[in-house]
Amino acid sequence: MEFGFTTAAYVVAAVLFILSLGGLSGQESAKRAVWYGIVGMALAVAATLVGPGQGLWIISLLMIIGGGIIGWIVAKKVQMTEMPQLVAAMHSLVGLAAVFVGYNTHITLGQVWDIIAEHHATGIMPAAYEELSGFAKIVAHKSAAEVAILKVETFLGVFIGAVTFTGSVIAFGKLAGKITSQAVKLPGGHLLNALAAAGSLALLVIYVNGAGAWALIAMTLLAFFIGYHLIMGIGGADMPVVVSMLNSYSGWAAAAIGFSLGNDLLIVTGALVGSSGAILSYIMCKAMNRSFVSVILGGFGGTSGPAMEVEGEQIAIDATGVADALNEADSIVIVPGYGMAVAQAQIAVSELTSMLRGRGKNVRFAIHPVAGRLPGHMNVLLAEAKVPYDIVLEMDEINDDFPETDVVIVIGSNDIVNPAAQDDPNSPIAGMPVLEVWKAKQVFVSKRGQGTGYSGIENPLFYKENTRMFYGDAKKSLEELLHLIRV
Amino acid sequence: MKIGAPKEIFEGESRVAMTPDSALQLQKLGHECFVEAGAGHAAGFEDSAYTKAGVTVVPTVEELFKAVDFVVKVRPPEMEELGRLSKGQTLISFFYPAQNKELLEAAEKTGANVIAMDMVPRISRAQKMDALSSMANIAGYRAVIEAGNNFGRFFTGQVTAAGKVPPAKVLIVGAGVAGLAAIGTSTALGAITYAFDVRPEVAEQIESMGAEFVYLDFEEQTQDGAATGGYAAPSSPEFREAQLKKFRELAPDMDIVVTTALIPGRDAPILWTKDMVELMKRGSVVVDLAAERGGNCELTVKDEKVVSENGVTIVGYTDFPSRMASQASQLYSTNIRHMMTDLTPGKDGVVNHNMEDDVIRGATVAYEGAITFPPPPPKIAAIAAQKPKEKAKELTPAEIKARDHAAFKKQTRDQILMLGIGGALLLGVGLVAPASFMSHFVVFVLSCFVGFQVIWNVSHSLHTPLMAVTNAISSIIILGALMQIGSGNFLVIVLAALSVFMAGINIFGGFMVTRRMLAMFQKS
Repeated sequence: MEFGFTTAAYVVAAVLFILSLGGLSGQESAKRAVWYGIVGMALAVAATLVGPGQGLWIISLLMIIGGGIIGWIVAKKVQMTEMPQLVAAMHSLVGLAAVFVGYNTHITLGQVWDIIAEHHATGIMPAAYEELSGFAKIVAHKSAAEVAILKVETFLGVFIGAVTFTGSVIAFGKLAGKITSQAVKLPGGHLLNALAAAGSLALLVIYVNGAGAWALIAMTLLAFFIGYHLIMGIGGADMPVVVSMLNSYSGWAAAAIGFSLGNDLLIVTGALVGSSGAILSYIMCKAMNRSFVSVILGGFGGTSGPAMEVEGEQIAIDATGVADALNEADSIVIVPGYGMAVAQAQIAVSELTSMLRGRGKNVRFAIHPVAGRLPGHMNVLLAEAKVPYDIVLEMDEINDDFPETDVVIVIGSNDIVNPAAQDDPNSPIAGMPVLEVWKAKQVFVSKRGQGTGYSGIENPLFYKENTRMFYGDAKKSLEELLHLIRV
Repeated sequence: MKIGAPKEIFEGESRVAMTPDSALQLQKLGHECFVEAGAGHAAGFEDSAYTKAGVTVVPTVEELFKAVDFVVKVRPPEMEELGRLSKGQTLISFFYPAQNKELLEAAEKTGANVIAMDMVPRISRAQKMDALSSMANIAGYRAVIEAGNNFGRFFTGQVTAAGKVPPAKVLIVGAGVAGLAAIGTSTALGAITYAFDVRPEVAEQIESMGAEFVYLDFEEQTQDGAATGGYAAPSSPEFREAQLKKFRELAPDMDIVVTTALIPGRDAPILWTKDMVELMKRGSVVVDLAAERGGNCELTVKDEKVVSENGVTIVGYTDFPSRMASQASQLYSTNIRHMMTDLTPGKDGVVNHNMEDDVIRGATVAYEGAITFPPPPPKIAAIAAQKPKEKAKELTPAEIKARDHAAFKKQTRDQILMLGIGGALLLGVGLVAPASFMSHFVVFVLSCFVGFQVIWNVSHSLHTPLMAVTNAISSIIILGALMQIGSGNFLVIVLAALSVFMAGINIFGGFMVTRRMLAMFQKS
């Protein structure tokens, strides 16, 4: 093998990628792990450039530098609250790149077939055959069965890539607030998706049996539609699942392309990313006690009876009351949700935290796995606001501590603190693991108004005797609180 | 509206219904405040403090009654006070309309409206004006302090150079508001505290206050506090017998007993009989908070402190809140202020005596010359029905072992099943696919496997960086584009160059943003 060096570099890169993902098990080791990933990627790209990709390497380099600069600037400028959008946007790029690379494979395949057909017709190996280089050369050596598999792989790569592309674009739009975050479906609903998928399958058969580029392009259009329609039908709070699912898809697309190109590093990396996304989706679904299918198909599961009636009333409190309670409390738990990100209140939260900690109070954060619009989103927001990560705890770590907690402040979350999930077997979210904040001595809920959350489910927490509603914009309310506690 | 507080004329009553603090709050609602000269003196609020808070001090009670629209008081009005009321005025005070029929009829004749603070319904919205609870809270606290005053030893156990002191043992009977306050005070002072109540659902509250619930093993114990608005109801004779037997067992050990058992509309049940007092040690103390209604202790003398033949002090005072007049006035005036807040929904000094409102309707016993007592049942149920407390079944070690074993077996079975299916699928693919495909396929399957093993260990808090980094490395697709870019076909070059460009954005963007995020995670 003339590119033995390249293969060796790929092995090293694959190992580095695995280490890079493994290193994310802890905050400190993660700082090192990201460098493994960077070195691995640099090695892989460099080895390809000097090896099989040396044709037109100047263009490649220019493109990498150009893209790199844009990527650099975006990464520098992005607000942490915008992370979900950024991640979605980046998925769409991978998806589109997969579509393009798949097309290229098809074109190259066509070229090679022309040459071989000429060879069969004339009996002489055309001069062009000798000029084939890189990928085309590999293709030329393939048997008929292998070519059929190659076609299937290419087709799959393009399909997944196309779904990822439109899906991510829609997800981006929803997360950035450019498209309504409501679940929107065309008449026909999931039947349309099923039809489009069936159509794609039919096109696959046609394509493998010798149809030309039209089958590929038609399938791409269908896949674009599936990606669009699938994600349009999913509402805002299910976005963590959607984004991790798209993350997974972008990995599978890379793996499928890796198969078609016969490149093991692509396969390895694609599989790593694919399984990573799949696990994240699984964790998110588990945290909502819903099956993956039900999230993707949109809407909540049917209820088995009327919901329990909520008794009592929501009692409002002003900042002075909250400040008094905080001054007296010893242990405080803050439960942030997407509302905190929307109100950009994390800095105020952090200031409040350090002020209270400065007075010797035990302040901690409780993070539900699906809080926010991205897995781990709240952790990043709090980290950005300089909240130390060792006081930011997971649901399982802190749920038992609520009965000993004096004050819980719920900022912009709703369903993840809904006691109906445990008390009311008829609730649509029955069985979902929730933060048991109502067991604390006092709960303050910072909320814009009296409305229900994303799921539209009434939250009995707001009516409990130890709950007080702290209405108003989260950021403004907290800043008001800061003034009161400072004095 | 003009609100005025007269001086309490009941003998020994030190509380006052308006404090300078509450007056400030009332003024925020748009009301004008008046007070009779010297009304707050006994509670520690001088006239000058009222003047400072913007309250008009009126020299005589007659002038006060003439000047104001609302009269706020603590004790139920005396006849002479009722005589001063006229039509259009409103009186807010304790009233006990069920016990004070004549008083109520006299009030009806005056044509004035009467709001009885003791009739505020027990719903969560009305807690802030529940004066019975706030007074009971004080009574509970004071009862323990009073007991300590008459008890010759420490509450808390101590080991000193001069010898060891055992902690006092305190029994609280009845865990209502007063009982719970007494429990809190007693445990805070360091005594070993026991508490008893006929309502089993309060066991949790008792334990949360740090006392031990005296558990009565009795079949019939199915009383539900919800049916009686959270108060206790009379118990059956058998139950009572069991209860007294338990108390007899406890009596010799107890140093201090605080009884707070009251049943609405009845005389206090006798729970601490003469023979129990006789069983107690010399120097022990019984404080009877039910003295006003006959007492829970057989030997209680209303309003007096007596010492039994065997040297047990029995305190039968009925004016515990008044003994802490400053605190009591502060809480009571806040209750009144909350009542006024509900009566002035616009915060503009205009009173809307809304008889549709559950709380206002419930508390109003006379309205525009008619008796409005008893009120219709409130629209909202007072307290959510108590669900039977389910006890998690304790598993025996054998059961735990069996369960673990079953779980292990199930796990093994599942794992073998998964491996079997996976293996069979792989073999199936191997049967039809060419060898060149299989070599890549093996790499793929192994990578998935490694991926799953590695990702499960990723910390939840790092999921966002994980997504960013996987994003960056999924741009490995750039390799495919790099390989194709040299193939010579123009279209291929363009598409490949675009792919390289996009992947480039992703690689740099992904890694950079990951680094930025990880750098933010700081330990405290």
